[in-house]
Amino acid sequence: MANIKFSKKLFEKEIGKLDEKMQDRISMFGTPLDKVGAEEMEVEIFPNRPDMLSYHGFKRSFLSFIEETKGLKEYKVEKALKDYEVDIDSSVKDVRPFTVCAIVKGLKFDNDRIKEIVDLQEKIHATVGRKRKKLAIGIYPLEKISLPISYKALEPDRIKFLPLESEKEMTGLEILQRHPTGKEYAHLLAGKAKFPIFVDAKGAILSMPPIINSEMTGRITDKTKDVFIECSGSEMEVLKKCLNIIVCTLADMGGKIYEMKIKGNYKETTPDLKSEKIKVFLENVNKLLGLTLTEKELKTLLEKMGHNYLKGEAEVASWRVDVLHEVDLIEDVAIAYGYENFEAEIPQISTIGKENPEEIIKRKIAEILVGLGLLEVVNYHLIPKADLLAKMGEKADKDIIEVENSKTEYNILRKNLSSYILKNFADNVDSEYPQKIFELGRVFNLVGGKIVESEKLTIGISPGNYTDVRQAFDFLMKMLELEISVRESSVNGIYVDGRVGEIYLGKNKIGEIGEVHPRVLRDWKIKMPVAMLEIDLTEIFKKF
Amino acid sequence: MIEKQKIAESLSPHERKILPYLEEGISDICQKTNLDRVAVLRALEYLQNKGLINLVVTRKKIVDVGVNGALYRKKGLPERRLLNIVAERRIVSLEDAQKESELSDDEFKASLGALKRKAMIDLKNGKLVLSASSEEISKKTLEELFLEDLPLAYDELGPEQKFALKILEGRKNIIDYSEEKETKIEILDLGKSLIKDGIKVGEMIEQISPEILKKEQNWKGKKFRRYDLTVPVSRVYGGKRHFVNQAIDYGRKLWTEMGFEEMKGDMVQTSFWNFDALFTAQDHPVREMQDTFFLNLKGELPDKKLVKAVKDSHEKGVAGSKGWKYNWNEEEAKRLVLRTHTTSLSAHTLAGLKPEDLPAKFFAIGINFRNETIDWCHGFEFLQTEGIVVDPNANFRNLLGYLKQLAKKMGFEKVRFRPSYFPYTEPSVEGDVWNEDRKEWVEVFAAGILRPEVVEPLLGKSIPVLAWGPGFGRMIMGYYDIKDLRDLYKNDLTQLRNIKGWVKV
Repeated sequence: MANIKFSKKLFEKEIGKLDEKMQDRISMFGTPLDKVGAEEMEVEIFPNRPDMLSYHGFKRSFLSFIEETKGLKEYKVEKALKDYEVDIDSSVKDVRPFTVCAIVKGLKFDNDRIKEIVDLQEKIHATVGRKRKKLAIGIYPLEKISLPISYKALEPDRIKFLPLESEKEMTGLEILQRHPTGKEYAHLLAGKAKFPIFVDAKGAILSMPPIINSEMTGRITDKTKDVFIECSGSEMEVLKKCLNIIVCTLADMGGKIYEMKIKGNYKETTPDLKSEKIKVFLENVNKLLGLTLTEKELKTLLEKMGHNYLKGEAEVASWRVDVLHEVDLIEDVAIAYGYENFEAEIPQISTIGKENPEEIIKRKIAEILVGLGLLEVVNYHLIPKADLLAKMGEKADKDIIEVENSKTEYNILRKNLSSYILKNFADNVDSEYPQKIFELGRVFNLVGGKIVESEKLTIGISPGNYTDVRQAFDFLMKMLELEISVRESSVNGIYVDGRVGEIYLGKNKIGEIGEVHPRVLRDWKIKMPVAMLEIDLTEIFKKF
Repeated sequence: MIEKQKIAESLSPHERKILPYLEEGISDICQKTNLDRVAVLRALEYLQNKGLINLVVTRKKIVDVGVNGALYRKKGLPERRLLNIVAERRIVSLEDAQKESELSDDEFKASLGALKRKAMIDLKNGKLVLSASSEEISKKTLEELFLEDLPLAYDELGPEQKFALKILEGRKNIIDYSEEKETKIEILDLGKSLIKDGIKVGEMIEQISPEILKKEQNWKGKKFRRYDLTVPVSRVYGGKRHFVNQAIDYGRKLWTEMGFEEMKGDMVQTSFWNFDALFTAQDHPVREMQDTFFLNLKGELPDKKLVKAVKDSHEKGVAGSKGWKYNWNEEEAKRLVLRTHTTSLSAHTLAGLKPEDLPAKFFAIGINFRNETIDWCHGFEFLQTEGIVVDPNANFRNLLGYLKQLAKKMGFEKVRFRPSYFPYTEPSVEGDVWNEDRKEWVEVFAAGILRPEVVEPLLGKSIPVLAWGPGFGRMIMGYYDIKDLRDLYKNDLTQLRNIKGWVKV
């Protein structure tokens, strides 16, 4: 979730008075107004609209929404001057293959604007840029560099420059190892034979994307008038869109955009601010939204959202990354129409409601057990390894299903409910006894390398003995009209030898019943005797 | 019936038994009635409740022996033991005196001081010399007398006792204080009158026993002892369903009443069903281990045709979409995850639908997972419910209609809708309901129409699928006034026994 903050005073000066109606307009534009302070205001920008991740970008779209401007905003792009060129060396192919670049001149920076453009850059890195993996942007004061620029890759130890926020020159490798920003993004270049760099005509290194700029050429100040901008990354289309977002924002700040010629494995002239034509049919709009708009109304609504419309086609701005399909434009129409203006209506279609049959049976089981005075517990599906194995007297680690990189100690999918029931008894030694509890829930087991999920029932009674649990279970089975039998078990597990039985439903073994061994109770620090049963419900479900 | 008679009839056998002896002390009452102290105290309390007596409880500070005090009472005070040695030997070195008296350094030092202050011994050239007379030796000191008399009430100490206490108090663990509760019975007018008149109620029936029911004469014309119905009774607890499951059952009822069919499925899903089928690009941050639980296992993909359709949807777009334009990786789609939303169930359902099944409506209520630390507002498991409507004629207004209806069923009359963003719906909408108690809008619905890039590969054609998920966990916490997410599944039996039931009409 990305929020942008800007001055309330600026908003009121350039957009309008922030009264209740204006606040409502902001939220209904799909940019929830998160905070209004004395000086600043904050709006949330959804991830599909990186073009609004700056005050100027937000203002551009919002002004047309409140009908201060209309349709697609045009930006003039000047032809490339002499040496406005970037040479791509084939060495970047294996590490960071693409770049698109531009020059913007005649800027008047102040601290607020520098902050706005740096924030925009960082927010694009974090979102669309996938933390700089997919895309990174560099902005350089033009007066400090000599054109043309080249983009190439060199062995890390052959790269040496003074990175931002550092006092001495470092090699490419040193930056990854020692520089704070270098360490943070080191994984993006680690293991590559060559690292990419931008170099100017005099051989000065401008930056090592996507990590860091040079201190000498990579810092914008309030004296900077002209800038060179590059976007590097792995996907051409995204790079172009994001370059457009940056240059249009700079143009909104008063800059003049100039093209650059990219030469190498591929040839491009960027930025390319040509709008895109996307088909949008009145019929589809009306059908999906349930409206009866005329074509003229459709045109007006699309214009409110910053698009142009002509004969079944919308003209979409070159900085919009979110329009993949007609439906994206239809949503824009809906926003322009106003969500508050739609008349909600339930269609008269007839369907029949139905519960999942297993859930019906589970509820019946719960009802019967509740009638016996049992209390239902609900535990997590993930369990700490020790609770599932060591405390249950199991040594082997095999057949457990572990999740990767859990942020908590809960890292194993439970394969039974009994361990959690014992944990519940252990956690409740200070609660009133007798404690009679049950759980109905999902367990996970590996069968032949595949995960099988099944529903289980566990009953625990403390203090309790075999008879107590057996009585409850017999009553349950009688109510469900199921015939079960119990046979002495040869495997004891957590139970006492001679007091543990296997439960059979017909020929199928469905579970176990018994008195928990004092050794297990000791390991759980439970001071009361516990009798338990655990059955798999799969066979029982089949009977209904 | 006059009040006095009513009260007389409400007295239990014990209460009646102690009534004549109320002017005496509690121990005497015990003796005369042959009841134990607990029974007497309880009966007295009931008499107090009935307005017959007042129990005045006073607290007394009691001076008693401490650990060393008890020991010295048996073995004699250290100074006595030292005095005995000196008396026997007349003159003795310090070392010998300590050794023979078996006193610790502290005790020995204190004893020397005490005896010297009383001028019973003298220290000459490093030796102890007896200076007390045999009469003085044989007489018990104030401290010794005091120690023998303990325990004593602090407020009742005489001047000599206070003096002795002051001396002994300064020494280690000889004296200990405690508090004693003394209950005095103050008989009120009603009590006095009842005692004076005697109780003329005849034989009273206590418990109605099978024995009494056996013959009519056992109860006919007899009086039943009146109960004090205002006295609280001890608590009992019934069995019950977990409060979260009570809420889930309510949710289930809501959905089925609106004609929705329940979906159920695995919590472990392939990335294919959890992400790819929902048009979530393979480099989307949600697919990083940071946010999602992956298993170190791979699952199987569905039939080739469906896999290809999803692949195309990502790579070049379907149904007129541009797609995400990248190389879709089949292996990545096989990675198993703990489902991050029940929408993976909706994807399965859509893939299994035939044209003749339409229109159709489905819902799911279930647990989902995200790789999170646990605190008051985060957890790694969370409850979600969602519904889908698969209807070729459905539209955005219908979506809002369903949301409004659901809100109404949940008891919210006022609903408002705002634009929103979800990766697999377009248009997307957020629904707030007006909470009349808290006087504020509460975010409840996340909703939208599934993108064609999702629907076409699964269903074979692109038709509107309305989808929404009310925030269920938050609703449950609101109802039970639970502020900490961890309290939902902590299984504290005391909490489970006492928490109210889910009652929503």
